[in-house]
Amino acid sequence: MNAMSGKVPAKAVRQIEGVAIRFTGDSGDGMQLTGTKFTEATALAGNELATLPDYPAEIRAPAGTLAGVSGFQIHFSSKSVRTPADHPDVLVAFNPAALRANIDDVRPGGMVIVNSNSFTDKSLKRAGYAEDPRPSLRDRYAMVEIPLTRLNREVLKDLDISMRDADRCKNFFALGLMYWLYHRPMEPTERWLENRFKGDLLEANLRVLRAGHAFGETTELLPVSYIVPKAKIQPGVYRNVTGNTALAWGIVAAGALMQKDVFLGAYPITPASDVLHEVARHRHFGVKTFQAEDEISAISAAIGASFAGVLSVTTTSGPGFVLKQEALGLAVMAELPLVVIDIQRAGPSTGMPTKIEQADLLLALYGRNSDSPMPVIAPLSPGDCFYTVLEAFEWAVKYMTPVVVLSNGHLANSSEPWRIPDIETLSRPRITHWTDAKTFQPYARNPETLARPWAIPGTPGLEHRIGGLAKEQTTGNVSYDPENNEQMIRLRAEKVARIAVDIPPIEIDGPESGELLVVGWGGTFGAITSAVEAARVDGKPVSSIQLRHLNPFPTNLEQILRRFDKILVPELNQGQLVRLLRSEFLVPAIGMNKVRGQPFLIEELRARIDELLSEETSP
Amino acid sequence: MTDHFGKLTSKDFASDQDIRWCPGCGDYSVLANVQRVMPELGIPRENFVFVSGIGCSSRFPYYMNTYGFHTIHGRAPAFATGIKASRPDLSVWVVTGDGDGLSIGGNHLLHTIRRNIDIQILLFNNRVYGLTKGQYSPTSPIGMRTQSTPDGSIDHPIDPLAFALGAGATFVARTIDVDGPHLQQMLRRAHSHPGTALIEILQNCPVYNDNEWIEVEDRKSRINAALVLEDGEPLLFGSEDQRRGIRLHDGIPTVVELQKGEDPIAAGVAVHNERTQTPAYAFALASLKRPEFPLPIGVFRAVETATYDALLQGQVADAIVKRGAGSLYDLLHSGDTWTVGPS
Repeated sequence: MNAMSGKVPAKAVRQIEGVAIRFTGDSGDGMQLTGTKFTEATALAGNELATLPDYPAEIRAPAGTLAGVSGFQIHFSSKSVRTPADHPDVLVAFNPAALRANIDDVRPGGMVIVNSNSFTDKSLKRAGYAEDPRPSLRDRYAMVEIPLTRLNREVLKDLDISMRDADRCKNFFALGLMYWLYHRPMEPTERWLENRFKGDLLEANLRVLRAGHAFGETTELLPVSYIVPKAKIQPGVYRNVTGNTALAWGIVAAGALMQKDVFLGAYPITPASDVLHEVARHRHFGVKTFQAEDEISAISAAIGASFAGVLSVTTTSGPGFVLKQEALGLAVMAELPLVVIDIQRAGPSTGMPTKIEQADLLLALYGRNSDSPMPVIAPLSPGDCFYTVLEAFEWAVKYMTPVVVLSNGHLANSSEPWRIPDIETLSRPRITHWTDAKTFQPYARNPETLARPWAIPGTPGLEHRIGGLAKEQTTGNVSYDPENNEQMIRLRAEKVARIAVDIPPIEIDGPESGELLVVGWGGTFGAITSAVEAARVDGKPVSSIQLRHLNPFPTNLEQILRRFDKILVPELNQGQLVRLLRSEFLVPAIGMNKVRGQPFLIEELRARIDELLSEETSP
Repeated sequence: MTDHFGKLTSKDFASDQDIRWCPGCGDYSVLANVQRVMPELGIPRENFVFVSGIGCSSRFPYYMNTYGFHTIHGRAPAFATGIKASRPDLSVWVVTGDGDGLSIGGNHLLHTIRRNIDIQILLFNNRVYGLTKGQYSPTSPIGMRTQSTPDGSIDHPIDPLAFALGAGATFVARTIDVDGPHLQQMLRRAHSHPGTALIEILQNCPVYNDNEWIEVEDRKSRINAALVLEDGEPLLFGSEDQRRGIRLHDGIPTVVELQKGEDPIAAGVAVHNERTQTPAYAFALASLKRPEFPLPIGVFRAVETATYDALLQGQVADAIVKRGAGSLYDLLHSGDTWTVGPS
């Protein structure tokens, strides 16, 4: 295969199945941008891919320190890719701190590209290195040491820009080099630069990008470049999408599909703020965003908007989700449609805001006073966030209930190529508001769904009052009747349980029965499926299911659980779904729990699967 | 179907629910006067929404035959914000109290007022927690003995109007539960004001804090205890033969005794101007407390500026004019896309 453009005598070109690259540097070095541009180019090159950004919580931690290291990992392949990969094959480190923070993750024998100009005494000290680590690393890794700062300055020396601006371009030198190394197209990045910059800055960035590419062609440091063939991908129009963008577009799309105005109430919180930012850009869809004074106001305003008759949603992360619980209880009681998106993050209290966990499941299910049931959905992938939001809105208006969507920081910021749906194929639920004054009762119920009517202000003759006090069936009048209270609590639970008829049966990945079933939920889909499929390739008898619907469960879940000898439930928490499965179905499910702020590694899941399969099955 | 204009009466605004306030509660009078004013406002009944939080006063929506939402403690302004921001065509009224609005809900009240969203807020101030049986509230005076403060309250009280003015309120007024004509006048004024209109209603709790406002509720003592604000008129109080006025020197109020027939303006008595741009003037009025001063009643401040709901609606309208109504296809295909053909 020869894909070289070939001005210079061609170097060796090797075809590989896939590779994982991690770009790392100071948080001011532009690593997220570098990674994003590389991702776009890779998507256009036709590979399957997954990415993982990893950035510090501090906006600008002290330069050159471990605390300030920012990273972006991309895994791309000619085969199926479901995770950003456990270990990068290639590390690009812009300074000693980035090297120190990431080197242990690199696959043994992997390639390590460093900026040799950054290994000064001062920066080594800042990174906590007593001595230059490079000599000892040369034995274990393929070290590629490039005088990046110097080369970059040389390319720009005749331009009228400051040294600082010039140095800030060096990430594009590295990007150009990586484009050469993996045969990625340069045009999308060049086009982006042309839209983004003007004059000398545009010239500078274009120049270093091309210089990096040319450096690759000529340098003896890199004797081989690599081709990753296109993957077999379902035909269609694709784009990259992060989970947060997909959530935001789901919100906008819900309004467009249901022909309703949308109201988003939100308070800034990591990692959910980007959803607010994105939705706020689309006012021309009749979407109103409200940055509230706090989390409580954000959900309260959303519930108010719902009462007023628009599609309403509130977005948040763990600590904010806690603050919203009282208002959520009111939404349950008032039986109003509302979508609540919790982008889970790591740790109790403030915890590790930029890190990953899925530990708000029990909060979503049981976090309110008294019996206050609520449907819960968890997207499986960044692109799935779009469909999850649509489904949540559909349930909310059909069943007149708040619906929780549990995303997480991993889905929020990772991106994947997403096949853009044909809009005609998307469901367009028709919303009807009650108008007949003669037959109106605020808490009369649809016999099928048990939903009460959505009667909105401005409709003559339907004036009525709702609120948090216990309500009499049918009339909605305040009631302290014991019988009525019990019936209303049962009815609300039954209403949520009936949503199960709208949930498709869950499909098993692997044999339909056997020795071991791995059960995951939400955003761990990629790692679990990859581990289980890899185990099967090695002949291991293991299947998996990934739950998207956590309340209610799919109706065939129990039958599936009963067909396996062992059930393993990996979760990024201390055992929440496993508790539900055990108590609901009385099955001896085993937990596998990780709360390190990081996603599951495929290898650790594999190890546990192998371990369980090698144990004697107890009689 | 209800036939709207000109035919509604106060009865049309009374719901079929039994009212469950204590006998003698000031809330009864407020409810009756609100029900009397509503039909005059020229708004179809179905376009009214009453929103409340938690507390005695927050039962109010159940007794109004309009759309109503009895929400959670302190958050009514936030719910009302969502209703008005999404449906600017509705007339939205918040009913709250000194505990609900200024204690647990202080934050929402502050931010709702500063946004100037076009709603009316009726803050019933009886200077005590009623529903939880008599604890001191954020407006209770220092030293007030209650079950939770057997040795007397050590909290400095907050003045609702000073609070609202500090938040940038464009309309603040004070009225009295039992003064029907004045209360009705304030309701009409609040309704016609574009933006957040806050009315403090001095309201009696006969069970836990009886006669807190008796000096201004009682018609006889009111003459000396209350200062009735009239736009363009001097700040005068007292009987004809013992008239007194308020002078503001460097913003500091003092009481001026007037001789019979003396021209108050010549005597330096300040002339009330609701539209005074600096809130310092209204703030000085809000600082007038018994017994040193009379308690001002009426509109303290009424200035106009853009409302949140209109600005938000305007941004949506502008976006549609500039970009056309949103196309889902265009949104999903924006930025870089690529096509994978059949293999």
